Amino acid sequence: MSNTLRIQKMKGVAITGMGIISSIGNSVEENYISLIENKIGISRIQNISTVHADSIKVGEIKKTNDELVNELKLSPDNNFSRTAMIGVFAAKQAVKEAGITSINEFRTGLISATSVGGMDMTEKHYYDYFKHPELIKYISCNDGGDVADKIAQELGLKGMVTTISTACSSAANAIMLGARLIKTGKLDRVIVGGTDALAKFTINGFKTLMILSDDYNKPFDNNRKGLNLGEAAAYLVLESDDVVLRQNKKVLARVSGYGNANDAFHQTASSENGDGAYLAMKKAFEISGLKPSQIDYINVHGTATPNNDLSEGRALLRIYENEKIPDFSSTKPFTGHTLAAAAAIEAVYSVLAIQNNIVYPNLNFETPMEEFDLKPQTILKNKKIEHVLSNSFGFGGNCSTLIFSKSE
Amino acid sequence: MKTYINGIGCISTQKTFDTVFLEEAIHDNNENVLKIVSPAYKDFISPAASRRMAKGVKNGIVASALAMKDANIENVDAIITGTGLGCIEDSEKFLKNILDNNEEFLTPTSFIQSTHNTVGAQIALLQQCKGYNFTYVNGAVSFESALIDAKMQIEGDEANSILVGGVDENGDYTTALFKLNGRIKKDTYESYAVLNSETSGAIYGEGASFFVLENERKENTYAKLLDVTIINTLEENEIETEIKSFLKANKLEISDIDALVLGFDGNVDFEIYYKNLAENAFAQTPVLYYKHLSGEYDTASAFALWMASKIIKTQEIPEIIKVNSVEKPAYNTILLYNQLNGKNHSFTLISK
Repeated sequence: MSNTLRIQKMKGVAITGMGIISSIGNSVEENYISLIENKIGISRIQNISTVHADSIKVGEIKKTNDELVNELKLSPDNNFSRTAMIGVFAAKQAVKEAGITSINEFRTGLISATSVGGMDMTEKHYYDYFKHPELIKYISCNDGGDVADKIAQELGLKGMVTTISTACSSAANAIMLGARLIKTGKLDRVIVGGTDALAKFTINGFKTLMILSDDYNKPFDNNRKGLNLGEAAAYLVLESDDVVLRQNKKVLARVSGYGNANDAFHQTASSENGDGAYLAMKKAFEISGLKPSQIDYINVHGTATPNNDLSEGRALLRIYENEKIPDFSSTKPFTGHTLAAAAAIEAVYSVLAIQNNIVYPNLNFETPMEEFDLKPQTILKNKKIEHVLSNSFGFGGNCSTLIFSKSE
Repeated sequence: MKTYINGIGCISTQKTFDTVFLEEAIHDNNENVLKIVSPAYKDFISPAASRRMAKGVKNGIVASALAMKDANIENVDAIITGTGLGCIEDSEKFLKNILDNNEEFLTPTSFIQSTHNTVGAQIALLQQCKGYNFTYVNGAVSFESALIDAKMQIEGDEANSILVGGVDENGDYTTALFKLNGRIKKDTYESYAVLNSETSGAIYGEGASFFVLENERKENTYAKLLDVTIINTLEENEIETEIKSFLKANKLEISDIDALVLGFDGNVDFEIYYKNLAENAFAQTPVLYYKHLSGEYDTASAFALWMASKIIKTQEIPEIIKVNSVEKPAYNTILLYNQLNGKNHSFTLISK
């Protein structure tokens, strides 16, 4: 078959590499093992001193900043925030797995996502900058683009670099933009994903909103009490079919659909009928050309807050109308809600589901919600997976859906 | 498919509303941080809603409303925003409350508002726009990222009309920190000149500029958005070559450019990036600057696009923004170049 014909047959944008660090592992492999062996990453917080330490559980990466500095071989006078460090950690893995040795060989971009950025350093040193000149270097970490600049610098990437921040849907939007940049031929190759470290800022923010659970989060359960915050970073390498063919690259899976819509209902709450979520899924189906019935697994946003799960469940029921909703689960009981990184780690999990033909369990689920008859998949299930839909929703009514498909 | 700028709205440190084109502009050499010239917010936002809103959100809402009115449209298909620091005042407030009260007695309002995408979200909420809504936060290219995205959507037939804007606000504590780390000129400096400056740090400012981009030329069209590109890292000696290849990709040469808008911000350390272009490759081109009026901030380049759009439409260049005395018979094609500390370079090209 000629190359042109092969390209025409391929649907979606090729994923050729993935990297991840989360509370359930420091590599793609470790994350996968945790997911299939029910090893959760929710624990008491250790790296941040907070008055809420005994009343919350978090998905924390059990590496200190010093350990990360050593592993990344950063100079002692570096000014990396934790968000930047875990971001570099994951992005380097992804680039390595994609077999990229010369990063600027093709038109290569980096689309990153973060919500807290360097807040971990800002909050630690906020009042000390005037007294301790050696801390001044951290002031610039508060800029949203600082993390992406640092990842680009560590990768040696010089071209298009930008950052998306739309709260908890940020990384989905980074993946979406990356896919569009490849499709339109603006870039040959793009590293997409997100990173967010735990911070007092977000812990207290979600605490004041009263949506932090003091227990293990239980998505789609009638007695869910809220979310566990987590920290993570994940990046994926997307490449044009031209580059894939020229370099005979192995394609892990494809980004076949994407959609973003705004709920336009409330700054932090989702609408009762999940308008934004419904519209995002609908758009993603249009782009992919797939029918809802072709989806084999849905990785739901499923934060385990009363509001999200109700709204998302209703949106799913609207999309599937009279059809059966496919197996679905939230992986947040494993990792916690990793905010701007959530959609990136869940993209990695979606690709792993396709590669290994499995549906992850929605842990901690006991009682179906009284508002509707929806039961997530609660135990690991082996089945053929061709297409996975992944949802991510954020503050500001920002709703995003990605569809990942098996490569031909 | 082409992208047209069909409506503009600007709230800045100059009176850029209810004016023709910078005729009331003031070049204040005595300030290192310029403050916003506030519009009558009550004409756009109810007082009850206004009380809860941060300055940046309010300016974003007014600038976007002005752009929509200017374009004579009532709704758009998508809203794309760029902001460097987001709602920094609310971030400051929430963080101070956490630190001052040892994580107790907190209320969620400032946390809710501190999210970077608050401006885009609030505009969507007001307009009930359920379409695509992205917020870019990448320092000096935050606004250009939004432009690239919008252009791609319009030319890919994904949207017909998009509201695109750049917005940043000053927070008192952050401003003090920026004076400390050298981003802003020290309070003790004798001169706050932007051109031929002898000190490091920038003259700082804040503002919100919004644009309605559409897929068709209309009576009110300001300019065609020909091309936008962002490059993370460029050495000073690579700029000219990069600009030439950017122009070449658009079938243009330096002599085709009727005006070059540069991001001079008063920082002597990185002035060379602009100065070399102005004095060499573009010595025969009208060269303009703007940060002495708008101040430097991550999305100040949106003010520059507002200015360039006005020039093409009015065919006039106010004296106050001229770097050299070169003139052209017509101003049909304008190139904008901006960077920050040698990173996050952007080229934006518009034409009649």
